[in-house]
Amino acid sequence: MNDQELHELAEKQAALGEVRGTPARDPVNAPMIRHWLDAMGDENPAYLEKGVAPPAMAQVWTMPGVRRSAKDRSPVDDMIAALDASGYTGVVATNCEQTYHRYARIGERLTPATRFTDLAGPKRTALGVGFFATWTVTWYGEDEEPVAEMLFRVLKFRPRTRESSSSTTGQAAAGEGQAAAYPLQPAINQDTAFFWEGVKQGELRIQTCADCGELRHPPGPLCPRCRSVNRGHMVASGQGTLYSYVVHHHPPVPGRETPFVVGVVELPEGVRIVGNVVDCPIEEVAVGMPLRVTYRRMDDQLVLPMWTPGEA
Amino acid sequence: MEIGAALPELSIDLTPTVVVSTALATMDFTPVHHDVEMARGQGSKDIFLNILTTMGLVERYVTDWAGPEAVIERIAVKLGVPAYAGDRLCFNGTVVAREDGRLTVEVRGKVSLGDHATGTVTLMEEGERR
Repeated sequence: MNDQELHELAEKQAALGEVRGTPARDPVNAPMIRHWLDAMGDENPAYLEKGVAPPAMAQVWTMPGVRRSAKDRSPVDDMIAALDASGYTGVVATNCEQTYHRYARIGERLTPATRFTDLAGPKRTALGVGFFATWTVTWYGEDEEPVAEMLFRVLKFRPRTRESSSSTTGQAAAGEGQAAAYPLQPAINQDTAFFWEGVKQGELRIQTCADCGELRHPPGPLCPRCRSVNRGHMVASGQGTLYSYVVHHHPPVPGRETPFVVGVVELPEGVRIVGNVVDCPIEEVAVGMPLRVTYRRMDDQLVLPMWTPGEA
Repeated sequence: MEIGAALPELSIDLTPTVVVSTALATMDFTPVHHDVEMARGQGSKDIFLNILTTMGLVERYVTDWAGPEAVIERIAVKLGVPAYAGDRLCFNGTVVAREDGRLTVEVRGKVSLGDHATGTVTLMEEGERR
């Protein structure tokens, strides 16, 4: 996406307003508070004596856990994915502001709600050119009243080449974005280049026959219907349903963690496409499930289209 | 707790145990907070403190000083350089405002690379915990 399209997406995401997430897996509880106080070295006795949680724990109650189930799609996810796909792969958090309306009480279950508020940029920063993305999360108690709010801002930046950023602290702060080349590279040639150009821009492009209009995927030199070599492409909606899939456990695949899901996705446009199903616990993957495309940056150059649970 | 009063310094040795145990206690399993090779592979010097812990330590720093009756209302932090395992995180603070029992404290958490976190904490000195 270009800068203007990124701003248009930001406005769209902001217009979604506050999007509620899944309630915390566990109610506010003493063992997690005790564990947290212990790790922080915080000896304040007030929390456990009074049956309340340290206010800075607000976000802890709704963290996703080790096997993150991303059923909770927030308005922030699409924005970050678009910034990644547009080359702004570096990320560094710049601001975290929490306001506590009251202390959360042991026994109550908090529910988060996320609102995308602002995209600013592109701006030149010490780390490189980037956008500042800001969102807020509000945690509600069971009485539907807000308990705590957080403003969070990150800089998504285009990492500089290695030579020019040498060993600045910014490089260290970058976190993502300096990944080595992904070991499995697609074969990009005259027949397929349009597809890979598309995914870099956040477009799922399907080859068309320029003469008879037939759609075909994977791309090839010749129309299977009219045998014309004239070709074009269209941009698919990005929706699909899972036609079939396998779960890959073994053998190990370089650059990937097993198990992972390889799906055949049927597009409403009329072709099927192979891709990974992500952001979904493997046991919940099912033939016929609605999916929508997402874009994952694998290294400085390569973006892969993948599939995430979508609206039916 | 007058304006201009300085909080006692708090210095925390950021051992790998501190970085990992706080990441887990805050339910943050992002590999850069516990997996050294992964962190280095992504261009970091070592594993580093996660943001939830930075917030928790700022809170602890202020309540260590203000006492168990204080009620924290707001923590606003500007995040700076990473706090790597093997480094030392030093907190300093100053009371900058006081009105009707509500204090504003400026806090700075420094590591060897510079400011890790700077910001303000707002608290009620002896508020009724609501």
